[in-house]
Amino acid sequence: MTVAQWLALARADAEQRGVPDLIPVLEGLAKATTQLRAADWNDDSDKDLKDDEAVDEDQ
Amino acid sequence: MKISELAPKVAAGTITSEKITENCLATIADLNPKLNAFITVTADQALARARQADQEIAGGRRLGPLHGIPISIKDLIDVEGTPTTAGSLVRKEHIATRDAVVTRRLREAGAVFVGKTNLHEFAFGTTSEDSGFGLARNPHDPSRSPGGSSGGSAIAVATGMSLGTVGTDTGGSIRIPAAACGIVGLKPEWGRISATGVVPLSRQLDHVGPLAASVADAWTLYNAMQPTASRVRELPDAAAVKGLRVGVLAGYLFDRLDADVERSVLSTIELLKGKGATVTEVTLPHANDIATVYLHLVLGDAAEYHARTLESRPQDYTPNVRLRLEMARYVLAEDYIRAMRGKPIIATEVDRALEGVDVLLCPALSIPAPPLGAATMPVKGGAEAVRTLMLRCTQPFNLSGHPAMSLPCGKTPTGLPIGLQLVGHKGRTHALVQAALAVEEVIAYS
Repeated sequence: MTVAQWLALARADAEQRGVPDLIPVLEGLAKATTQLRAADWNDDSDKDLKDDEAVDEDQ
Repeated sequence: MKISELAPKVAAGTITSEKITENCLATIADLNPKLNAFITVTADQALARARQADQEIAGGRRLGPLHGIPISIKDLIDVEGTPTTAGSLVRKEHIATRDAVVTRRLREAGAVFVGKTNLHEFAFGTTSEDSGFGLARNPHDPSRSPGGSSGGSAIAVATGMSLGTVGTDTGGSIRIPAAACGIVGLKPEWGRISATGVVPLSRQLDHVGPLAASVADAWTLYNAMQPTASRVRELPDAAAVKGLRVGVLAGYLFDRLDADVERSVLSTIELLKGKGATVTEVTLPHANDIATVYLHLVLGDAAEYHARTLESRPQDYTPNVRLRLEMARYVLAEDYIRAMRGKPIIATEVDRALEGVDVLLCPALSIPAPPLGAATMPVKGGAEAVRTLMLRCTQPFNLSGHPAMSLPCGKTPTGLPIGLQLVGHKGRTHALVQAALAVEEVIAYS
């Protein structure tokens, strides 16, 4: 799911559980997750594989 | 007082462990009501052990430089027969049935345990404000945080309530309070010091290590905390500053600094250059991703550990820590895996930054100790959240696992300590300590 979809579900769950203070915190996490998903090491199944330099024993 | 100063006197019998321990306990009685460094004070046991140490020493049995020396233990670490509260009412009934491995090693080295120190609840914070046993206060300015999560430990050493202490560091929790309180903190290489018997925050990021009044004292504690086969008899010699190769981590770790912190750290770099150190700039290409990688890993790991008690007794957590743990439960597995993939990339980049240098250098803490209750602090580039600033300079080396040490390098005009951080190669903590001894001496004589 997209981060926006995740946040909508998480917000609804927080409200349903009676923890509205959680919502601004979840919004902060959403920003961090958006950045994480933009990192250049992430794979996409329809694109070229990313080089995993950290475990490339030839380097 | 430093361990290095007192240990020879204790060994020679010119001062007793009992006397030193009484002094520490008196300091605790005097200052702890205000600073709240300790959750549990084990005065009777400490004095009994101190007297026993004096008898052992008088009888010719000497266990080493920690024999008879009063030490405190962060209340995340088991000491047999005493509570391990983790700073939380969730664990208020808990009594440790055995020593943590690190506790046992220090006990075997003859250390005297004066008590368990206050912390940010479950080590899940950087200010020691959120504790089920009341917030802790900075001894340099009690209206400010001592840093965290090992805040009580740092206070104890900075004030002489104990001569050394054991803390833990998941994102900076040894180095941050060391910097905020003006003492030395060593986060060893990951896995070097056993975490068995230590309440976890994130097992893949947790480190156990010492805080002390000097690099030499930190080394003495670290040495005793290691497995027997890894210990050495002598303190390493200081490295020569002339020719010391220092890689300054430019960019991210200097981008969001308080002006006094920047001035002090840059001034120290100039001092080192003046003494003949070779200083080059190095960078971490994925530095901007460090915070988000760290966040997803620590949240995922914390969510697992606290899953049951967050359901069964949420009211026993402090409100802020409870909120963060609630947030942690929403991290998706796919994002946790993304963060797992980023971790070795950052580790490789730190290794690469270390190529051709002896140590890396950067600030230990972006800001001086923040006021209690502060949500943001002003830094170069604008105000930033306190939590983000507190973790910024230290968390890279929890992800990478490299040994890293915070040591004092100056003060603000109002007397708040400023800390410098040195990062060493994996497998070469000895060399890191040698460099730190040299840098400490340069700073002391500047």
